[in-house]
Amino acid sequence: MQNQKLAKQLMKKSKTARYERFGHLLSLSALLLIMAVVLGIIIFIATKGLSTFFNDHISFKDFFTGVIWNPGTKTPGGQQAVGALPMIVGSFLVTILAAVVSTPFAIGTAVYMTEISPKRGAKILQPVTELLVGIPSVVYGFIGLSVVVPFVRHAFGGSGFGILSGTFVLFVMILPTIVSMTVDSLKAVPKYYRQASLALGATKWQTIWKVVLRAATPGILTAVVFGMARAFGEALAVQMVIGNAALMPHSLVSPASTLTSVLTAGMGNTVMGSLQNDALWSLALVLLIMSLLFNLLVHFIGRRGAFKK
Amino acid sequence: MNRTQKQSQIAILILRLIAGFVVLILAFLIGYIFITGLPNVSWKFLTSPAKAFTAGGGIGVQLFNSIYLLILAMLISLPIALGASIYLSEYAKDNWFTSMIRTTIEILSSLPSVVVGLFGFLLFVVQFNYGFSIISGALTLTIFNLPLLTRNIEESLASVSDDQRQGGLGLGLSKYETIIHIVVPAALPGIISGVILCSGRVFGEAAALIYTAGQSAPALNFGDWNPFNIDSPLSPLRPAETLAVHIWKINSEGIMPDLTQVSSGSAAVLVLAILIFNLSARYIGRKVFEKMTSVN
Repeated sequence: MQNQKLAKQLMKKSKTARYERFGHLLSLSALLLIMAVVLGIIIFIATKGLSTFFNDHISFKDFFTGVIWNPGTKTPGGQQAVGALPMIVGSFLVTILAAVVSTPFAIGTAVYMTEISPKRGAKILQPVTELLVGIPSVVYGFIGLSVVVPFVRHAFGGSGFGILSGTFVLFVMILPTIVSMTVDSLKAVPKYYRQASLALGATKWQTIWKVVLRAATPGILTAVVFGMARAFGEALAVQMVIGNAALMPHSLVSPASTLTSVLTAGMGNTVMGSLQNDALWSLALVLLIMSLLFNLLVHFIGRRGAFKK
Repeated sequence: MNRTQKQSQIAILILRLIAGFVVLILAFLIGYIFITGLPNVSWKFLTSPAKAFTAGGGIGVQLFNSIYLLILAMLISLPIALGASIYLSEYAKDNWFTSMIRTTIEILSSLPSVVVGLFGFLLFVVQFNYGFSIISGALTLTIFNLPLLTRNIEESLASVSDDQRQGGLGLGLSKYETIIHIVVPAALPGIISGVILCSGRVFGEAAALIYTAGQSAPALNFGDWNPFNIDSPLSPLRPAETLAVHIWKINSEGIMPDLTQVSSGSAAVLVLAILIFNLSARYIGRKVFEKMTSVN
């Protein structure tokens, strides 16, 4: 009898073991919750976004190549006016222009911080970029509205609202992101690369240009892609300065719109389940897919160019 | 001096100019925000409610909403992020499951905040029928906040030396006890600075909130602290426009005559708050570290 009791007691899991199991499961469930949220986001937005095509029977071709955006009405040709091309072009234009303008500045600043004056870099530029990353996007939008838009209006004519103003605002917004990631990748280049190059008689610039930057290229590319992803998904700052006219941009200073600006401006004015609303969700889906593609690109670059020490 | 040396000097000069230009941009930004904004900030501005049509409105309700939402979002996201980061840093094995989880978290952190906001709108506002409310906003901010907070906490957990874990296990503690009683306290300074840094990001977020916490700030009765009354400041079901949303809202469709003053004042308060978050993250992290490890 007593032996049986003892055996039972010994066979049972100890309190600590149960506690351990509980902790393990608790932390795992927190993680699974995050995964469920991500899956939920993708599934929800995909179902809403695809209903334009399957419930409202808009063809993919009309959506991606049409240039008239006024969901609920018909184009002169008799089709539903859900051409998203102006917004897609607008998003890509501001993103690419902002990346093209910021990349040289960002690389220059990062090289200055790591190669030319590391002390001043750590003391002034490091906190400066950290602070720039932290400034909320609405503040950038507000400054864009009160400084950049009037400036563009005076210098280039037009209303001042448009792709150019959006580019200027995004340029400042993505600059710190690209700088800090480029700095990391420049720091990852081993010191002996530089020493070997200098010992061969190369000048400082030749070392920077032909050795350090070459070795850090994959990291710099990743930084630029990250900056572009941020620019592509930025909503409010762009929406405040781009003019919000869903037209094909015919010049850099004419009012235009991006996927995000149409979404933020329009979502509140439509009824759930209507074509107007579904078309907006399709824009959100395009945004989501682009964000996934940027992610994939980062992975691809990272895998090909991982720095082997 | 030969040609390549001259070329090198010119190139380095250009790099210096570029770095100087970037510093100038920041100096201009900060200077502009504070010089145009701070003169508009007064105690009255910070505490009185906004006015839609006349001059002299403040940001009292918006400021309270921002802080309340931040606290709620942090209360919800901290336990989840802590659990997730404990798993990732202590339990996770190096296999396909872990790398899939890491990829998902990366995807979540790179999603545009407007997409997160729209998801919050679909799920909390429409599906759960919470309406435009504090609770919808706080849950959406949680989703927005989780990936970065998880990564920050995981980094600080991973930086705890393995000796500490071996010490705990050697004394006969289970793995989970070791984590809770030894590793997490040792990582506390890093966790606290991570939380404060994320707070700064959450505090300034607007795109995720315009369709979840709403764009209106009804007057609050600051004498009533019962969370079940709809005009109580603590009520989780009232719409709550935050400071960042307020700046966006009045600049897109505001009609008050002192619009520029109100927005520049709000922008200055917002940036000042972020600055304080950033500085205190460093300071508190260091202080807690000194206290916990009794360095002096």
